[in-house]
Amino acid sequence: MALPPLDSPQWQTSFRAFLWGARSIGATVLTLVLFATYLGIGALAHDSGFSLGWTLASTAFVWAGPAQIIVITTLGSGATVLQSAIAVTVSAIRLFPMVVSVLPLMRTEQTKRRHLILVAHLTAVTLWVECYRFLPQVPRNRRIAFIHGLGLGLVSVCLIANTIGYMLAANLTPLLAAGMLMLTPLAFLFSTARNCREFADVIALVLGLLLFPLAALLNSGVDILVSGVVAGTIAYGVHRARAGTVRARA
Amino acid sequence: MSTFIGDWHALAILFVAGVIPNQIWRMLGLWFGGGIDENSELLVWVRAVATAILAGIIAQIVVQPPGALAGVPDWLRYGAVAAGFVAFMLARKSIFAGVIVGEVVMIAGKYWLG
Repeated sequence: MALPPLDSPQWQTSFRAFLWGARSIGATVLTLVLFATYLGIGALAHDSGFSLGWTLASTAFVWAGPAQIIVITTLGSGATVLQSAIAVTVSAIRLFPMVVSVLPLMRTEQTKRRHLILVAHLTAVTLWVECYRFLPQVPRNRRIAFIHGLGLGLVSVCLIANTIGYMLAANLTPLLAAGMLMLTPLAFLFSTARNCREFADVIALVLGLLLFPLAALLNSGVDILVSGVVAGTIAYGVHRARAGTVRARA
Repeated sequence: MSTFIGDWHALAILFVAGVIPNQIWRMLGLWFGGGIDENSELLVWVRAVATAILAGIIAQIVVQPPGALAGVPDWLRYGAVAAGFVAFMLARKSIFAGVIVGEVVMIAGKYWLG
């Protein structure tokens, strides 16, 4: 599916932009991956003794796969509310830089902070990745509406997947279950690789992959944060060094 | 309706243990991201850290696999990612090609191993 050109009358109303956003869920393999992931979350929630309403509420209000899996597995296995909350908040720190980097892509001079609340809520790794892919093809003043359509479309797909997964309740064979779990790293790896805009992003991706097994040896409970901040900062350092070299030559 | 919602207490716990600790980072990003220019140096760093954290999550699933994925040998998981990456590059950065080849290699390998 191709989006209309930037000067097309299709972009004249926010409602049309919203619909184009909602239709764009059909233009990404990540929709399939989300579907499979949330199928699994639905089955997991069922087996952990949560109601279907609870499961759907977790998808609508948490809207972050890793956090939902943590809540379901920790609460389901008898952890305290505080222990669950700490694990979730550590997993969610990554949302902070995502929101900070995504919002400038759609802000205009008329944009108030409250206009961006729903965009901030919808921001998770999939939307973050897709913003870099789709937004250059969307006029700036229609980007918020477009992202509302795309984000709410993705949430709807996941609510449906949750319901189906809850009903199926993990009757998958171990082989297919393993294949389903493998979808997440493969799809996230290639979509991130595809969306590396600058050399710093490539280094961050490669170092982030390589440093995690090292950081995991620390067994600190925040291993992902340790490897992420170290790898990201090294990547940024390389970016600065290269920018310095270019400036010195010029 | 009561079986759909189940226990209201569980729903309250969801908000305290799941929704608030997750949502707080998005709202902090909304609050502090306000005056930052998308090409600023701070944002290059922030994006690099976010990318590296995501890379860490990818690595964690492959290196310390959950549930059913743990039944697949290490070398087969790494091999599937490598095969997928080759396909991704050969197919001019097609996410779909990478995912399909990675999945086929892993599922066929596991099926063959029994």
